[in-house]
Amino acid sequence: MIKKRYFSRGALTLIAAVFAVAFLLPTVLTITNSFMSQTELSANYGAIFSSLNDSSSFVSQRVNLKFIPDKVTFGQYFTVLLQSPDYLLKFWNSVILVVPIVLLQVGIAALAAYSFFRYQGKFRTFVFFFYVILMLMPYQVMLVPNYLVARWTGLLDSRWSIILPGCFAPFSVFLLTKFMKRIPVSLIEAARLDGASEWRIFTRVCLPQCRSALYSIAILVFIDYWNMVEQPLVLLSDTEKYPLSVYLSTINAGEVGLAFAVATIYMIPSLLLFLHGEEYLVEGITHSGSVKG
Amino acid sequence: MKFPAVTPSAGKSLARRFGKWRRWDPYKKDQWISKAFLWPSLIGVAVFFVLPFLVICYYSLINNPNQHDFVFLDNFINLIHNSAFRTAAYNTARFSAVAVPLAVILALGLAALLECRIPLKSQFRTFFLSPMMVPVASVVLIWQVLFNYNGAINDFLAVFGVDKIDWFKSQYDQVAVILLFLWKNLGYNMILFMAALSNIPRDLLEMADIEGAGPWFKFVRIKLHFLSPTILFVTILSLINSFKVFREIYLLTGDYPYEGVYLLQHFMNNAFASLDYQRLSAAAVLMAIAMVIIIAILFYIEDRFGKDVEG
Repeated sequence: MIKKRYFSRGALTLIAAVFAVAFLLPTVLTITNSFMSQTELSANYGAIFSSLNDSSSFVSQRVNLKFIPDKVTFGQYFTVLLQSPDYLLKFWNSVILVVPIVLLQVGIAALAAYSFFRYQGKFRTFVFFFYVILMLMPYQVMLVPNYLVARWTGLLDSRWSIILPGCFAPFSVFLLTKFMKRIPVSLIEAARLDGASEWRIFTRVCLPQCRSALYSIAILVFIDYWNMVEQPLVLLSDTEKYPLSVYLSTINAGEVGLAFAVATIYMIPSLLLFLHGEEYLVEGITHSGSVKG
Repeated sequence: MKFPAVTPSAGKSLARRFGKWRRWDPYKKDQWISKAFLWPSLIGVAVFFVLPFLVICYYSLINNPNQHDFVFLDNFINLIHNSAFRTAAYNTARFSAVAVPLAVILALGLAALLECRIPLKSQFRTFFLSPMMVPVASVVLIWQVLFNYNGAINDFLAVFGVDKIDWFKSQYDQVAVILLFLWKNLGYNMILFMAALSNIPRDLLEMADIEGAGPWFKFVRIKLHFLSPTILFVTILSLINSFKVFREIYLLTGDYPYEGVYLLQHFMNNAFASLDYQRLSAAAVLMAIAMVIIIAILFYIEDRFGKDVEG
């Protein structure tokens, strides 16, 4: 009996390990490949890029998947960081799009969530329900209104056309309200009795209580926008302003050597956030878990 | 007694009658401030989403933005007869119909796997969750390497005697995208299921053990029952994410993919490019309606099966 249990435990661990390898492989491969030299990369993957750009040519070359570079070199990084400012510029584009969105969205959401938390009248219940519906709408539906507003206000083709709608996305309002509902009301009442103003209660009692929630929501919002593709394609026509997420896909044969290094650099911010805040992230996801209540 | 007793309720109605007195109450004035906290968000949502959406509903009913003639459902009928839209809608529906159930079932499987007593549980959780943090653009290269005509996947399949498949230019094009979608989203769903699994009352499961219930019975009758709100939520979430899969497809195949992965977003992008407002707004309205209907159905199903479960 005990033997059987050990056996099934081993089997389960094996399954988990197989999945873990499958989940880690793409990330690890990208990182290890970024240390390959230019010549090694073109030898292995050159075929892919030539076939991508010219679909008529028949692919005869082999594509070798390599895990470990023959010779570890930082040449790719050297080129990206020092010799081709284009990529750094696109990286910077990503940063100046995403950072304001994260900060403003969380800030505005914190205010709104506090309001939802303190008062639960009919109007507020309706508005909250409406936010949930809005949150569940596919992006394609929301993109058309965004485009129209950008056109009317003349913001089309400027970064604000992405940042402004991003600030008001209802997702973090929804999540933060759920977090705040767990703050004991007695805490607020005590502050009230001590004569604190609403603003003071908000900044000194409420926000410190949900510090971890703010962090986890900021991470979730960050990943979402760090990954954006649809918005720049529709709202920006000037490719100079494209974030790296879109620009990476336009890499061509001449730059194979750089592709992996750029991809690695691009995932560093979110991986760092993940390693630092995994617990918060899990908590944030857990609380996003039910739409009702 | 000369005067009627002043009860709290009498005081309240007095205050209500003389509304202006309330304004002097510092407490009420302060309440006004925190009520106003909602406004920035509400105004933003109204300006950027709700009002333009109403305009879009209007646009979808008129012939063009210059003449403003009502044509009612003509735009929708044109849209439905448009072959590109039909292809896009069909592909999107097909993709969601395959990817969403897979995302739910596999995530539930992974969560159940981590519930078992296996070593290195938290490490496994980290591994499963990590794809969520990797920008799609970064791993697209690897996907292209793996699914290339001469790539690793075809080499692997060749071991089993399967012929080479040109993944991005054949009927199999959705496979690579579905795998990328699952890779990216399973972790998030798994965390949701893990939380739900740990919320199932232990005594109920112990009771079932004592009464001799088999593992299958326990899973179907107890766990699934308690999981039903989470299953609903994960389904909705995966559905939304499956609409977002355009990202992956765009990054993998560019503007003009093979027909099988021509999705609604591609269609919308083309409509944006040609500034065809009628088509665009009709498509957006149609999608919104479809989404509301789907969500309503899912809520209805969940209501019938998990009535006595706390959300």
